Amino acid sequence: MVGKLKGQYGSGIREASSYLGQNYLVVEPAIIFELLQILRDGEQFDYCVDITAVHYPEREKQFDLLWILYSFSKNERIRVKIMIADGETVPSATPIWATANWLEREVFDMFGIRFDGHPDLKRILLPDGWKGHPLRKDYGIIQQDQEWVKANLGIESGQ
Amino acid sequence: MLDYITSYLGSNTTPGQAGNVFWALVYIMVVFGGISVAVMAMNWLERKALAHFQIRLGPMRVGPHGLLQPIADAIKLMTKEDIIPSEADKFVFWIAPLIILCASFAVYIVVPFGPTHAITDLNIGILFMLGVSSLSVLGVVMAGWASNSHYPLIGALRSSAQMVSYEVAMGMAVVSAILMTSLHGLGAYGVGTGTSGTGTLSMIGIVQAQYEQQVWFLFKFFPLGFIAFGIFAIAMVAETNRAPFDLPEAESELTAGFHTEYSGLRWSLFMLGEYAAMIAVSSIAVTLWLGGWYRPFANALTGDTWDLVFSLFPGFTFLALAVIAFVGVVRMPKHPYFRVQTIGLAGFGIVLGLIGLILFAPPVRDRIQDIFWFVAKVAGFMYLYIWYRATFPRYRFDQLMKVGWKVLLPIGIGVLILTAILGVVL
Amino acid sequence: MTEHTITDPKTPDAKTSKATKYVSHLELGEPDKTFLDSNELIINMGPQHPATHGVLRVILKLDGEQVLGTECVIGYLHRGVEKIAENRTYTMFNPYVDRMDYVAAVSNGLGYCEAVEKLLNIEAPPRAKYIRVILTELNRLASHQLWLGTHALDIGAMTPLFYTFRDREEILKIFEKYCGARLTTHAFRIGGCQYETYEGFERDVIKFLDFVPPKIDEYEELLTTNRIWLERTKNVGVISKADAIALGVTGPVLRASGVKWDLRKAQPYAAYSDFDFEIPIGQNGDTYDRYSVRMEEMRQSLRIIRQAVEKIPEGPIMAKVPKVMKPPVGEIYHSIEAPKGELGYFIVSDGSTQPYRVRVRPPSFVNLQALDIMVRGALVADVIAVIGTLDIVLGEVDR
Repeated sequence: MVGKLKGQYGSGIREASSYLGQNYLVVEPAIIFELLQILRDGEQFDYCVDITAVHYPEREKQFDLLWILYSFSKNERIRVKIMIADGETVPSATPIWATANWLEREVFDMFGIRFDGHPDLKRILLPDGWKGHPLRKDYGIIQQDQEWVKANLGIESGQ
Repeated sequence: MLDYITSYLGSNTTPGQAGNVFWALVYIMVVFGGISVAVMAMNWLERKALAHFQIRLGPMRVGPHGLLQPIADAIKLMTKEDIIPSEADKFVFWIAPLIILCASFAVYIVVPFGPTHAITDLNIGILFMLGVSSLSVLGVVMAGWASNSHYPLIGALRSSAQMVSYEVAMGMAVVSAILMTSLHGLGAYGVGTGTSGTGTLSMIGIVQAQYEQQVWFLFKFFPLGFIAFGIFAIAMVAETNRAPFDLPEAESELTAGFHTEYSGLRWSLFMLGEYAAMIAVSSIAVTLWLGGWYRPFANALTGDTWDLVFSLFPGFTFLALAVIAFVGVVRMPKHPYFRVQTIGLAGFGIVLGLIGLILFAPPVRDRIQDIFWFVAKVAGFMYLYIWYRATFPRYRFDQLMKVGWKVLLPIGIGVLILTAILGVVL
Repeated sequence: MTEHTITDPKTPDAKTSKATKYVSHLELGEPDKTFLDSNELIINMGPQHPATHGVLRVILKLDGEQVLGTECVIGYLHRGVEKIAENRTYTMFNPYVDRMDYVAAVSNGLGYCEAVEKLLNIEAPPRAKYIRVILTELNRLASHQLWLGTHALDIGAMTPLFYTFRDREEILKIFEKYCGARLTTHAFRIGGCQYETYEGFERDVIKFLDFVPPKIDEYEELLTTNRIWLERTKNVGVISKADAIALGVTGPVLRASGVKWDLRKAQPYAAYSDFDFEIPIGQNGDTYDRYSVRMEEMRQSLRIIRQAVEKIPEGPIMAKVPKVMKPPVGEIYHSIEAPKGELGYFIVSDGSTQPYRVRVRPPSFVNLQALDIMVRGALVADVIAVIGTLDIVLGEVDR
């Protein structure tokens, strides 16, 4: 499978290996949408388990964005990873898997990564007017949007 | 004045018919008080019985076995803050529970607890009863509208649709029972020729017709009477918005339906109205199909001996209740903490026993008999209400309508037609 | 670019539409100031509502009783579990996972411990695995019992709730005797179990196994053949196989739609490969099928527990785990079959004592997305039934 994909995309696939028995691909952001599409249609990864991100503030491309996919017919899991810089947008996977909707909203909410073509990209767990994206490493654990807390809860601080 | 009061005692009729205002007022007081007490008792019984269905104990703290719980609840509800939502239509909001309460209690004017134990006997008694009891829809709609809130509005709409549609099926069943009063009842059973051939709408008349025809309408033209009764029994549960037809106040969907915004005393008026309506429709069922105040086998087991045997039932019932109370006393924990409760329960048992003994006295037992049988039959229905609530899930709105219009109504019409045919042919 | 389409279950032949349209999302126009005049009614179900199982808020767009659309507003219970994880050591974070799906705390703990064990490249000893299976399956049973009671209560049947709570109590007693806690148990540790089973543990479990099957029959007696129950659940909240997969729903909801997939069989973890059990599936993907799948799952859980208790090996219960846990740099995704579906942990280690990132893939969160497609065109009462049948726990949805 990897060989086939590599043949198709060449250097688009930067890394394909496995760690602790789990396969993953690291690919260029440019081909991600097509690749996900092919993985679903051609390779039968029909179930999108999760979409999530990891923040590395010291890197130039700050975010790892991950799709964890599963194939019912092959009983196989794969992780697809791209690296993007802060402010870069990624095509939304909602046309491929409906489940990507809320998962992408959560990534947006927590990391501030925007998805192009998402039908309703807004905060999901935090309230709409909140400032900041809490799962970024520069967001402190007891930090909160004091302004929002004051305006909406009428208290000085939530702590 | 005194003559006016005593003059009624000789007459063998209801105070309304005798035209005696004083006694009519006394009866009204007694009935109103009695129903209120019955509602409280029902409240306690429902909580207790439901709890035991559900492997719980129910109220146990206020009084022995929670006997004083309804009183505590009443005090709580009366002293609670009365909240009227600021956006509500104040006047309509205020009057809605009163309408429901009046509608449910006005029905009791014609309920015959005995041949003379009714406030009055209207010659259109059953019509009056159906008409007045359906007025409570108005109260429900007003409550839902006046609250000016989504959930009550949906609750009120559901409720009005439901009550109106089930009234139709209910009406069919009632008409077939009324029809039976005019039909000779010969044929299959071959007994009873006493009827005149003219029917009656009077509640007392209907009961007497059953006595004269020597058959409860439940068993007349078997299974027609039975089916009509079944339709009524289902429709009356829907009519009073009780499980499994409790959509208007479906807790899990509409929080509390049309009375979501009500609290305190006003809310308790809704509850009082609901329970009073339950007792009222059960009384209709008892009157129409179960021989009203007549004891079981009023025609089959006649003679002085049987009369005596059946007249002892009220007394024995109360003695049995007293025995249950004393069993409770014996089983009460011996810890000093429970002393007051034990004494209270024993006192309650003694009171019940005394009432039982009084009921054995010949003058009392002769007069109380019909009331006892009537209440006993109604109590059976009340138990059914609790039983339904413990057992059934709730219908969905469209299914409820389907049952009403597509099942009960056609069957009701069919039963009505067949009753008429059978009555003429046989 | 081809777009994946979802068939509208209400009009399967006529119209197909974009999949994304069906994920809980509403275009809310003007606030309905004069709602009494309009045909469309927007009501807020929750966040404080008896049937939303916590603090879920569902905005319903209604035409009379018919649901035109829904939007779920979640996050009321958001505690930032994933953020907390980044500031705790691997061991310290272990109790936190119990607070997500608090009715199946043991399953959460199992998933986390196994994920970290994989990252550390250690394996729990066989006896620990068996204890884990027994407790996890007991917890599955408890979770399903709680679901059944509340689901039935939502549909209007009060009594099953008390029966299920009575029987769930027996499970909680076993938990309490084993680790001292009833709900948020923190039963497992990374590398095995902290506590050896108490004296008479097997006896208690066997006693429970004999006690509970007639009780499950009793629930079924109250519901399975009840006409009203059938009418309320059959053909309600239907979700087709394709939709279920596209929406990523897992667990009993997926199985009721006809996908025979259970992580315990597909990718066995703990000691599940040692046991013989069936995966119940449904055909129609309606509420009734989900109900029967879960009922059958309870029985299968009993089967697993019985085999585990009978075969439980002797031996140590804790693997050799370093005092200070410093997993090598790397990342791991490990998932287990929690009572609600696939519960996954994605852990990134930077070689320090604290995880660099912990991502929890919560089954309830993903399953809740399917609410909209399941209730469009249905009635208000069905929304209640569907929320109940999805078996969500808001602690897990919001984390």
